[in-house]
Amino acid sequence: MSDEIRNGDEELFDDADLQEGEAPTEGAAEPDPEPVTEPASEPPADDPTPPPPPPVEPPPSRSGGIGRRDLVKALATVPVIGALGYSALRRKGLADDERERLLAELGIEDEGSAVFSELTTMTHPDTLRIGIVGYGGEGESLIRSLGFAHPDWIQARREAKIENPRDTWLDEWLEQENLNLELTAVCDVFDVRAERAIAASTQPIRPGGDTRQLKPAKRYRHYEELCNAPDVDAVIIATPDHLHSPITVAAANAGKHVYCEKCMTRTEEGVWPMADAVKQSGIVFQLGHQNRQMESHEKAREVVDKGVLGPITLVETTTNRNDPWGAWVWDIHEDGNPRTIDWELFQENAGNEVPFSLERFFRWRCWYDYGTGLSGDLLSHEYDAINQVLNLGIPHSAVASGGVYFFKDGRDVPDVWQAVFEYPDRDLTLIYSSTLANGRDRGIVMMGHDASMEVGTRLKVTADGSSTRYQEMLEEGLVRRDRPMLTYQSGFKGVDAVTTPTQEYFASRGLLFTYRGGRRVSTYYLHLREWLNAIRYGGDTSCNIDRGIEEAITCHMATKSYLEGRRVYWDPIQRKIV
Amino acid sequence: MRSDYSGVQVTALVALRFAIGWHFFYEGVAKAVNAYWTSAGYLDQSQGFLSEWFVDLASNPGTLAVVDVLNVWGLILVGLGLMLGGLTRTATFFGIIMLALYYLATPPWPGFVYTIPSEGAYLIINKTFIELCALFVTLFFPTGHIVGLDRLLRLARGKGTVQESSA
Repeated sequence: MSDEIRNGDEELFDDADLQEGEAPTEGAAEPDPEPVTEPASEPPADDPTPPPPPPVEPPPSRSGGIGRRDLVKALATVPVIGALGYSALRRKGLADDERERLLAELGIEDEGSAVFSELTTMTHPDTLRIGIVGYGGEGESLIRSLGFAHPDWIQARREAKIENPRDTWLDEWLEQENLNLELTAVCDVFDVRAERAIAASTQPIRPGGDTRQLKPAKRYRHYEELCNAPDVDAVIIATPDHLHSPITVAAANAGKHVYCEKCMTRTEEGVWPMADAVKQSGIVFQLGHQNRQMESHEKAREVVDKGVLGPITLVETTTNRNDPWGAWVWDIHEDGNPRTIDWELFQENAGNEVPFSLERFFRWRCWYDYGTGLSGDLLSHEYDAINQVLNLGIPHSAVASGGVYFFKDGRDVPDVWQAVFEYPDRDLTLIYSSTLANGRDRGIVMMGHDASMEVGTRLKVTADGSSTRYQEMLEEGLVRRDRPMLTYQSGFKGVDAVTTPTQEYFASRGLLFTYRGGRRVSTYYLHLREWLNAIRYGGDTSCNIDRGIEEAITCHMATKSYLEGRRVYWDPIQRKIV
Repeated sequence: MRSDYSGVQVTALVALRFAIGWHFFYEGVAKAVNAYWTSAGYLDQSQGFLSEWFVDLASNPGTLAVVDVLNVWGLILVGLGLMLGGLTRTATFFGIIMLALYYLATPPWPGFVYTIPSEGAYLIINKTFIELCALFVTLFFPTGHIVGLDRLLRLARGKGTVQESSA
């Protein structure tokens, strides 16, 4: 064994602080109560060599042992650490200065959006009684967000959590506030779904520590009966698009508040009776664009309002999905048949009446008779997101094209579809581009003379190389073309469980959840809660009937252009698409 | 006690100790001053036999906050200990534990693919593993009592001066 190794072993056995379980910052700094003796020099058990002879140096005195030489050696590294500390701080200081200068120059708040703060839990003394019309996939999500989950969902989420510890949906749902609601009424043309809604209405596990024993919801055959029921205060409409307008009119005429899914109507003609009924009755109306609750959209609005992008001339928004579910090839329920489905009521107000069809019933988005395909389903969300940030309103003109290029399954709505909207009074063009047969992530991009902004759950602003406003900063290197000058991520630290491509698409557009005070929260829940609070305490909803008119007319202009093969215009005098 | 390192050996060992300390310290400081830093992304892509535990840590905002604070201050304190040569053994010990956790969180073993790209090509041995080995050298060839605050601590505790070989 060499001397060096012996030396190391001595040190190891001598200074056995760790084996004594002492905290690292204590112990060693305290004077050793042991008398001044030689360190124990036992070798390790597997060391075949005899113990080394004790060193022969004289024991030093406690006070006289520290000489100048010792001090120099002990503190030898301190100056270098000083240099490291100085350079680290200087680097940080320079970076901070640049950051502050840039933010000051742009006029952007350093913090998250001022509009949304941490969620505070409210208690509501009065019980609101809810009726649901249309308890399909979307209806079930909405009712669950209000606190009434079907037992199957609770079971599925528990199993998912065992499978994947990242799956915290059940916990997040249970942490929601007790909204003090009762699900008293359900109307669905399919027996199985009506029964599921009734099961959810009494399911005893509910968020916010709600332990009330609730009576089962009553089933109504026709939506008129549900709207006129005395034990219904507010109606949620999650039917196919062709029924939105007549049901809203029935509810508003009965004085019931309405939360309606998008697209607001199937046709241009459906918009006006619906809007008039809502405005004349004074009910609280919310259109189901839950991404209105996205924290990052508010930040995007601030960026645009501060003129960071310069004059915006082009906005591009997209939908790319690439799985059958995302193309509305939804499951056909095994119990669906003419005896369990009220086909006549389903067809009320549809474009055309046709013989019973399971495909049309369960995959209604594939036909213009019930919806408007990509236009009403997905352009509506994209347009509304941009309308939140830019307040675009109804376009001057629209032209659209596309076709059924991939899902040739008998549908009549296109699966690849593009629409171009002109806003000459804003000097701006909006392009929507979509395919249901490719999953490339394209997102929303707003293009200004000075910078571009990508909008999703995060924002990314990159200066334009030929910007007038940032010319000096570009030359100085404070701003670079190849690096974002501003990014914003909703205040969240943690991992999300988003598993499928369509889910990823939904999540990136704020259609599933957003963040409040660093916690993930369902946007459905926030959007519904905003509606309920407006009913209870007054105030407006973020996607009220005026935003709904803008959304519906914009989508219908593009649909009309596609179906008629021509450019269409908005006539603001006649309030009509021409 | 005696130190039988030659002058060159002491210099080399102190340089190694100091360099690792610098790396730890600056990693910690850089994270501490970045309000947006979190270990979530790193933990989330964990693979290997401990991955479930690492992902669990990341998926709970409470535990994640604790992990982030422990990591940042662990890096800073271990870095300071190694650079200053103070409580060197304790710092080295915790440094080894931290590196072992980093290594086991994303081991470069055959069959594991990571979404966060590495800057080099590694099979079983990566730079974390090499730094870990280097810390073992620092543990068994200590220098804090020769060049470092441990020299003063040792004297204060009356464990004797350090005589260096003249070789």
